[in-house]
Amino acid sequence: MAQPLVKKDDDHDDEAEYSPFLGIEKGAVLQEARVFNDPQLDPRRCSQVITKLLYLLNQGDSFTKTEATEVFFSVTKLFQSKDFGLRRMVYLIIKELSPSADEVIIVTSSLMKDMNSKTDMYRANAIRVLCRITDGTLLTQIERYLKQAIVDKNPVVASAALVSGIHLLQTNPEIVKRWSNEVQEAVQSRAALVQFHALALLQQIRQNDRLAVSKLVTSLTRGTVRSPLAQCLLIRYATQVIRESANTQTGDRPFYDFLESCLRHKAEMVIFEAARAITELSGVTNRELTPAITVLQLFLSSSKPVLRFAAVRTLNKVAMTHPMAVTNCNIDMESLISDHNRSIATLAITTLLKTGNESSVDRLMKQITNFMSDIADEFKIVVVEAIRSLCLKFPLKYRSLMNFLSNILREEGGFEYKKAIVDSIVILIRDIPEAKESGLLHLCEFIEDCEFTYLSTQILHFLGIEGPKTTDPSKYIRYIYNRVHLENATVRAAAVSTLAKFGAMVDALKPRIFVLLRRCIFDSDDEVRDRTTLYLSTLGGDGEVVETDGDTKTFLFGDLDIPLVNLETSLKNYEPSEEPFDIDSVPKEVKSQPLAEKKAPGKKPTGLGAPLAGPPSTADAYERLLSSIPEFSDFGKLFKSSAPVELTEAETEYAVNVVKHIFDRHVVFQYNCTNTIPEQLLENVSVIVDSSEADNFAEVASKPLRSLPYDTPGQTFVAFEKPEGITAVGKFSNTLRFIVKEVDPTTGEAEDDGVEDEYQLEDLEVVAADYMMKVGVSNFRNAWESMGDDFEHVDEYGLGPRENLAEAVIAVINLLGMQPCEGTEVVATNSRSHTCLLSGVFLGNVRVLVRLQFGIHGSRDVAMKLAVRSEDEAVRDTIHEIVSSG
Amino acid sequence: MELCPCVKNILLLDFEGKRVASKYFCDDWPTNGAKEAFEKAVFNKTQKTNARSEVEVTMLENNIVVYKFVQDLHFFVTGGEEENEVILATVLQGFFDAVGLLLRFLLCHSVPCSSIHFYAQYKSPPFLLFNFISILIIHCFRDNVEKREALEYLDLILLCIDEIVDGGIILETDANVIVGKVASHSTVAEGLSEQTFSQALATAREHLARSLLK
Repeated sequence: MAQPLVKKDDDHDDEAEYSPFLGIEKGAVLQEARVFNDPQLDPRRCSQVITKLLYLLNQGDSFTKTEATEVFFSVTKLFQSKDFGLRRMVYLIIKELSPSADEVIIVTSSLMKDMNSKTDMYRANAIRVLCRITDGTLLTQIERYLKQAIVDKNPVVASAALVSGIHLLQTNPEIVKRWSNEVQEAVQSRAALVQFHALALLQQIRQNDRLAVSKLVTSLTRGTVRSPLAQCLLIRYATQVIRESANTQTGDRPFYDFLESCLRHKAEMVIFEAARAITELSGVTNRELTPAITVLQLFLSSSKPVLRFAAVRTLNKVAMTHPMAVTNCNIDMESLISDHNRSIATLAITTLLKTGNESSVDRLMKQITNFMSDIADEFKIVVVEAIRSLCLKFPLKYRSLMNFLSNILREEGGFEYKKAIVDSIVILIRDIPEAKESGLLHLCEFIEDCEFTYLSTQILHFLGIEGPKTTDPSKYIRYIYNRVHLENATVRAAAVSTLAKFGAMVDALKPRIFVLLRRCIFDSDDEVRDRTTLYLSTLGGDGEVVETDGDTKTFLFGDLDIPLVNLETSLKNYEPSEEPFDIDSVPKEVKSQPLAEKKAPGKKPTGLGAPLAGPPSTADAYERLLSSIPEFSDFGKLFKSSAPVELTEAETEYAVNVVKHIFDRHVVFQYNCTNTIPEQLLENVSVIVDSSEADNFAEVASKPLRSLPYDTPGQTFVAFEKPEGITAVGKFSNTLRFIVKEVDPTTGEAEDDGVEDEYQLEDLEVVAADYMMKVGVSNFRNAWESMGDDFEHVDEYGLGPRENLAEAVIAVINLLGMQPCEGTEVVATNSRSHTCLLSGVFLGNVRVLVRLQFGIHGSRDVAMKLAVRSEDEAVRDTIHEIVSSG
Repeated sequence: MELCPCVKNILLLDFEGKRVASKYFCDDWPTNGAKEAFEKAVFNKTQKTNARSEVEVTMLENNIVVYKFVQDLHFFVTGGEEENEVILATVLQGFFDAVGLLLRFLLCHSVPCSSIHFYAQYKSPPFLLFNFISILIIHCFRDNVEKREALEYLDLILLCIDEIVDGGIILETDANVIVGKVASHSTVAEGLSEQTFSQALATAREHLARSLLK
């Protein structure tokens, strides 16, 4: 391969796009491949053709089956040549062609000859090729040679055999497992990389034998490991052993000393691997963490970008669990904000924003401002999102953060970026009442000069809802009316709607709004004119100024209460006739509106403006299912559906699980039944429920299942009535009753006569948690403060002896069935006290917030202080009752 | 669970993001279209950065990509999100240095031939000899490689990749060893057992002297 493939021209200045493969074409190359069949082989020419074939494959060209076979067969002829370089290319192309099993046989003997050649390079490469293309049957033939190769004196040959072993373990584990002695020997090899490959294979052979892996790690951590790669591997194995033994033993962590000693290794990859392993130990203590953080801190100021990136990425993860441990590195990280590698800078910012305290916010903002202009939009979005969460964390700092957001809003940027900023401001306005006025003004200024119609209309809509509630609504009118003059029709229409909302909500502004609206009657756009006329007449603009009545407000602010998708389909299906379109006929089943949007407008602000989580899609499905059953249609709105509870053991004749649907005054049990016997058809399937142990429940309806064929799930329902507002609990015993008919397995037809039969199911309980919906709140403190002490009920409880605090916390959370907030469900190991914040919505859509304070005494007795805040006193008491009885 | 350090792909692209050589070791990008899309994304994300002195690093689609550029060649190594980026950087450095060593050495061989040809053809006056030697020295000391050369010696680059990673498992990261394995197959490279620069230069000089004496 001495000479270039194509002879270079002497003057190549004029050929900027010169390439030896210029104008290469598959058909022609395949023709050229015929030289492989020449009786007198020209090794150089053959190598060139193979390179061309490889080039084609590399560029994504693919050969058809026949083409590949043809090339493969002619390539096999090249084994005749003794040329070193050509042989190497032959190996390469055989691997790329990945021949089929019947083709492999052709080359097997040639490759086996090479495997036993005196030349090390032939041996190593032949092993790799043969193991890549071989199948199980052939492997037994060559196994003997492979075992020899593993302990070969030449490290390249040994490595080739070991790496091939790692690949073969996936397909032929039983064969490779027999090599364990040889591999064990190779682990002791003096060649660094052989040791690495042997270690990798040995661990994979033994991975199911925990004790063996543990022994292997123990012996190696004491011995010498030669290559940094092998050392990294050993660290990974050690961490795995630590992870697996964590459950069984406490006290000193095994191998921690080993990990710590690796922090002083001379290779950077080992130091980093060890530091990362320590930070990822479960329940790592601060003392264990410190040495790792120290080396990572050193990496932060390294000249190598990869080390800085590795360190800041790891610290970013640590910051989520141990923010305090990372604060030492903050100074170093601040200097990384201006790192020329933007991935490093972004990670540094997000880490700092996670660990930063209230006092450093201002300084941080100043630094971020300096470099915002020279980074790409995608990074800016990350920064904006980090700032949003920081602001929610430190609401007192809203002023500087809001200023920052408004500044970047004025600068250049694409749609996604601007949208992220606007969304952030909207969320801040919702969550931080003090920020409302300034935030709204920033948004107003933004729409003065906004090129995105979508954002303008969104902001105008938001202004219409929030603006009238501020102290001085009149100052927004100018901004809104300007839009009517200067914008396109879509924005103009939105502006008209917003004006109308101000008019409806603020009586003092009404006359002025009417003046403005009347000017819009002559707009050039239909939609704008229509909206204006409509609003003028609903608000009474043509007559005297009157107080806006409730209906108008609902019209302006309320939504249709119908999913738009359904409305759209209904309208499409409507055929023009005498009968007017009836909006009530539109199905309301799909709940697409999040709870918050229905509650927020019109009603008084609750301070809980944070968006509540929308119901999951399964809830939609349940609601649709239940509303389709006439017996249950008058039960009202479905409050909550539980997760399915299994009432049968796995793999029994009939599999039954139950879903509890909670309504205001009813509870419906949905039994999902599956018949797992092919020879049976069940008919008239129903569940007989004995509610004698459930005092407050009275059965009102049941809906049996007519037929339950094999392997087709069906549902039967039983409904109970219960007193409104009471969290009735109780135990129900269930019996499945049905008529069973034999089915002829050959014809699939059922016999006419059936036998009545029963099948005992497990008991079912309705517990207090069933009346609680897990709904999180984005800013617990805000929500808690805005509820106030007046709605609080505090009491203390002893929980008796517990294994540890974590267990007690989980028990109480499960008992109440509420959503833990801000990650407070996680208890630090060995801590003596813990505070847990819970949020939920109780039956009747009552928001409940709970603060649990736990303490553990020497004798493992756990005491708990329970503070409940809710606007409904009965609900507060109920929560305490649940805890005291549970 | 896979504990062994794993390389997902090795890429060599040109200054426009076009593929010079590439090798994928996992099924994350099953089709050529997916591979090209990934290469385009990697190239676009990194092209404006200055990765000429140190190995740089970034995240893309939950992968870590380390990269280094020289002239119009862009070298990349990709690994999973959980991979140790320092290990990936070592692989990249091995690949980068090995390709550099190989092409630099081969250029030392090819430059004299063509230039001597030129010298002989035009019967240039002796002062041009000085000129020619300086060209030779510049070529030999040139600390870089180009796409053009990379394509000319594509076979060696493909062999290089083959010696660095096998099915995702790292075989070798020391550039000298890699070059030794690749070059030992190559008929030119007898005498390249030690790939030190001075030796490469000495070989070239000898070559020149012999050619001139002919």
